[in-house]
Amino acid sequence: MKFSRRDFLSTAIKGACIASLPISAFRILNPKEAEAAVKGANMRWGFVVNTEKCVGCGFCVKACKLENEVPYDVAVTRTWVERYVVLKDGRRLIDTPHGARDGFTSSEVDGRDVNPKDIAKAFFVPKLCNQCENPPCVQVCPVGATYQTSDGIALVDRSWCIGCGYCIMSCPYGARFFHPVYKVAEKCTFCIHRLRQGMKTACVDACPFGARMVGNLKDPNDPVTKIVLSERVAVLKDSYGTKPQVYYLGLDENVR
Amino acid sequence: MSAELAGIAAHGAELAVHGAEWTTKELFTYPNEFVYWTIQIVMYPYITGLVAGAFVLSSLYHVFGQEDLKDIAKFALVFSFALLIVAPMPLLFHLQQPQRNFEVMLTPHFTSAIAAFGMVYSFYMAIVAAEIWFVYRKYFVEQSVALKEAKGFYNKLLGKTYKILTLGANDISEGALHTDHKIVKYLAALGIPVACFLHGYAGFIFGSVKANALWTTPLMPVIFIMSAIVSGIALCMLTDIIMMEWRKFRIKHSKKEFHMTADEVKGEEVEVTKKTSKFLLGAMVAAIVLELLDLIFRGYTATKSWDILRTVIYEMDFTKIFIMQYGIGNALPFIMLLLPGLTVRRAAVASALVLFGVFMMRWNVVIGGQAFSNSFAGFMHYHMPIIPHNAETFKEGLLGAMFMGGLPFVLFWLFNKIVPSVKYTLREK
Repeated sequence: MKFSRRDFLSTAIKGACIASLPISAFRILNPKEAEAAVKGANMRWGFVVNTEKCVGCGFCVKACKLENEVPYDVAVTRTWVERYVVLKDGRRLIDTPHGARDGFTSSEVDGRDVNPKDIAKAFFVPKLCNQCENPPCVQVCPVGATYQTSDGIALVDRSWCIGCGYCIMSCPYGARFFHPVYKVAEKCTFCIHRLRQGMKTACVDACPFGARMVGNLKDPNDPVTKIVLSERVAVLKDSYGTKPQVYYLGLDENVR
Repeated sequence: MSAELAGIAAHGAELAVHGAEWTTKELFTYPNEFVYWTIQIVMYPYITGLVAGAFVLSSLYHVFGQEDLKDIAKFALVFSFALLIVAPMPLLFHLQQPQRNFEVMLTPHFTSAIAAFGMVYSFYMAIVAAEIWFVYRKYFVEQSVALKEAKGFYNKLLGKTYKILTLGANDISEGALHTDHKIVKYLAALGIPVACFLHGYAGFIFGSVKANALWTTPLMPVIFIMSAIVSGIALCMLTDIIMMEWRKFRIKHSKKEFHMTADEVKGEEVEVTKKTSKFLLGAMVAAIVLELLDLIFRGYTATKSWDILRTVIYEMDFTKIFIMQYGIGNALPFIMLLLPGLTVRRAAVASALVLFGVFMMRWNVVIGGQAFSNSFAGFMHYHMPIIPHNAETFKEGLLGAMFMGGLPFVLFWLFNKIVPSVKYTLREK
């Protein structure tokens, strides 16, 4: 039988088409979809901060630094507490000495003496990574070293981060920084290593007043979810479209 | 306690936070905020801008047939190649893990504006390299033939280099050269949008950072492109004038006789300068209009960030923006170039001022964008390290920037050993 090159090619193409038909019945899943299909679809970590309960002791900051190997004496920190003092004349003073690692031990605000009689209101606001649903830091990483887990936590791969700082620039909350030892981007992980063992985050455990709570937003019976659904909560800087997942009770318009 | 943590504990207070060394804070800033992007990130868009501008200038001759720009165009093309090689180096210098830079090619994460940089850059590099090759192919062939029998190590090496550079294409017949010419035209035409894309892309890297109130504007890429063209033309003009002056100096102070007289050189110099300055003026108008539009729009719409931006723009950085950038870097040279009877000396001073102005523009964008806290309640100041005391203060300080700024000139000088883009070697009679 004579089998020309033309015959060979035409048969090959037809054959390939027929062979690929059953393959097209399959769907290509992206890794996230695949993971969600297997497990994790019913997990989404969220956080509630009750600013009414916070007294600015700074135990959370201290606990975080020790738990997560963030050098103790440097300025950068994964979580911090801000003090807001609004004076009767409308002026607003804010400070966070050492990120409130040692609490607020002085009545001087940002180095200025404030007469208690002049104060209209004052309160503390703990901050940490918002574990955004739409995280700009993950979006801008040029090498994919930072990523979002299926349960909603943005993490950094220390072995792959090139240290360009684009993620630090893109975070509206100032949650990221360069780790002084590893020289790569660093951020709050919601203590994922503890969460996945059934524990709470270090800051939640350290808070003596229950101002911080972590929980699964996909579980309607979780205390965190109950608060988010039933109380009047607010998030920080929602205008950036990042969809933060740290919800605040008692947030004031002065909070930055 | 893990070994790493023990290491951290042992380091104690000696540990330096990246950025803390050159940042001072005022009022309330978040604890993690520092000036993370420093002088090298100013150099990066500055140098890419020069590349794009120089290339656009060279295309004015190669594509649009502006014959009187022939000499400056040839030199601009090779110069843009030298600048292009240096363009990504500031980024490399600034990375905390520079040894991992290749990852951007291995695992590009395409939702990031930086991820495609390597690809756009390589594509543009290929275009410029190919264009140079086609422009100088005839010369390569001629040289490889002429140096075939050459003696001495240097000449032999040069001959071999030229032979390799011909890539085996030794046909320099009329027809072949005609084809070369055509290809150059196509490459130059293709190069213009790619050059603009490369630099507009640098603008997008900043413009797309929604967290930064000063950067986030869709005008950013266009502003960057226009100021790039301005700076590129100004640099080529200035360098060309300096080289012409050197030529004149040699003719006047040498006992030898050359194929050109000083007056002839001067005539050529004046003509090229006048012509180039017209393009420079046009580009400057476009750049300034866009920048002012951005500023006026921000003031008029006065969104949440305007309060802090106004303080940065009109108070803290007033000298840098309105005196140094707009005044000395834009208005003054604009008037100097516009006044009748343009002399070479005036044009040289004006283009130097323009270069300074564009540098200040990059500075005011990159450093100015980090001059305020994301809390809109405080400020940060960048104190550029002048005398380095460690690798970091060298890299992200004055010396690192000067190193980057000087490198393109060294490369250009080296390239001219092989590719005669500048005819500064006067022929003796």
